[in-house]
Amino acid sequence: MTFESLVFYFFSAVLLWSAAMVVTIRNPVKAALFLVLAFVSAASLWMLVEAEFLAIVLVLVYVGAVMVLFLFVVMMIDVNLAELRQGFGDYLPLGGLVAVLMVVEMAIAVGPAQFGLHKVPIPAALGSHYSNTRALGDLLYTVYVYPFEIAAVILLVAIIAAIALTMRRRPDTKYQNPAHQVNVQARDRLRIIKMPTEHKS
Amino acid sequence: MGSLGALWVSFPAWSQILLWDLLKIVVIIVPLMLSVAYLTFAERKVISYMQVRVGPNRVGPRGWLQPIADALKLLLKEIIVPTGANKILFVLAPVLAIMPALVAWAVVPFTPSLVLANVNAGLLFVLAVTSMGVYGVVIAGWASNSKYAFLGSLRSAAQIVAYEIAMGFALVGVLMAAGTLNLRKIALAQTGGFWHWLFLPLFPLFIVYFIAGVAETNRLPFDVAEGESEIVAGFHVEYSGMTFALFFLAEYANMILLSALTTVLFLGGWLPPFDFAPFTWVPPFVWFLLKVSTVLFLYLWLRATFPRYRYDQIMRLGWKVLIPVTLVWIGVMGVVIFFTPWAFLFYR
Repeated sequence: MTFESLVFYFFSAVLLWSAAMVVTIRNPVKAALFLVLAFVSAASLWMLVEAEFLAIVLVLVYVGAVMVLFLFVVMMIDVNLAELRQGFGDYLPLGGLVAVLMVVEMAIAVGPAQFGLHKVPIPAALGSHYSNTRALGDLLYTVYVYPFEIAAVILLVAIIAAIALTMRRRPDTKYQNPAHQVNVQARDRLRIIKMPTEHKS
Repeated sequence: MGSLGALWVSFPAWSQILLWDLLKIVVIIVPLMLSVAYLTFAERKVISYMQVRVGPNRVGPRGWLQPIADALKLLLKEIIVPTGANKILFVLAPVLAIMPALVAWAVVPFTPSLVLANVNAGLLFVLAVTSMGVYGVVIAGWASNSKYAFLGSLRSAAQIVAYEIAMGFALVGVLMAAGTLNLRKIALAQTGGFWHWLFLPLFPLFIVYFIAGVAETNRLPFDVAEGESEIVAGFHVEYSGMTFALFFLAEYANMILLSALTTVLFLGGWLPPFDFAPFTWVPPFVWFLLKVSTVLFLYLWLRATFPRYRYDQIMRLGWKVLIPVTLVWIGVMGVVIFFTPWAFLFYR
């Protein structure tokens, strides 16, 4: 067994284990943390196929930003497990059927018939000066420039929609205007009064 | 000596590479840890003098052994795990906090030839690794089973997400100006006098990067995650002994890391400020250390000068000031580089 395959099997095992833990563990915070572990293992696997840009971006976007927000939300909500478990038996047949269907579909789509060394040969190792990032950028901004821009516009629309749906102005909010705070003068806030001295009678 | 050489040759090739890399890592980590220890001492001294005090001067000559004494004390103290805390995560959190602060040093170039891993996507790697530092804080707050710690970790999560975006956009500007993600090449793109360094054409981004860096390390004036006067000690309120020390080490290692990155990205790395005789005699590594120390001094200076931001002010500064500034400057750079004859101002 070469060193590469050792690394591959190690990270694959960690990935499968953590992905299984995400759906089986009861505590939602721990599930989110296992998802982080799954992302990091997947990134390591991508690193192994010399896709360093994708691997780093996976860590940067999903581990560094998305999962932090996820944890932020999951840590604050109080999940009642007993309530969630109710009706588990009722939904089991339908859910099981959907699960089996999905497994069968995936087996057809990504089964061993489509993969393996006889279908996809081992890609040649790239030189140390080959920049994955540059190659990806060249493709994205030339060949795939329209799909790329359309995807960007769709994301922008999604951002605006999310903000428009959740933004509501509360009349009772005590929000301060920083410009007013900065521009305040001492004489607006403080009044100095001259008073005659009082004498003890 | 000869037998040692024979022993070395007898190892298989992969273990030779492994041992050699381990040695290089130790050569980076040990001085780093020493600098962390003495940075705490420098911080106490600098702030003392700014506040017209003397600072630590009892342990050793002029207080020089103070950090060693502190480290010994922390090593010998008991580690207390609070009732109801999640033990595994409670112990894992400090490790997760210090891990990224050390890993990112792998790609930092100290001199043109002195770098552990000269990778092509160095800038992205640094950004990705430092973004993982928040997990230490978040997990510490959650696993402690304490409301103050929890509040601290929530604050930290929101803050890091906000400032990470500003930081990322500031780095996009560096990427556009240098035309590469390789940290060594970015530093080399600034060859020439200090007027070739990137902090001049990218001045707004330089300021944003520095502020975001201060916020990422949870330093004053952005230390709401700890906020002694509000939430006791924030996310590490339940930590004691060595587990607390790891958080402490992580904060200072992160400070040094961000200073080193600021140096490489904006201040020309190891390059001298003037490209002629008396300045070029000084070794590159010394210039690097001088610049890093200057940026570190700025951190200490900030801490001694500014009061803590209010939480809503932090969010406003991050989302409504820093991110728009970076976006506008990236737009300006793009227009100038592609549509005007003054592209030489930005692009090298």
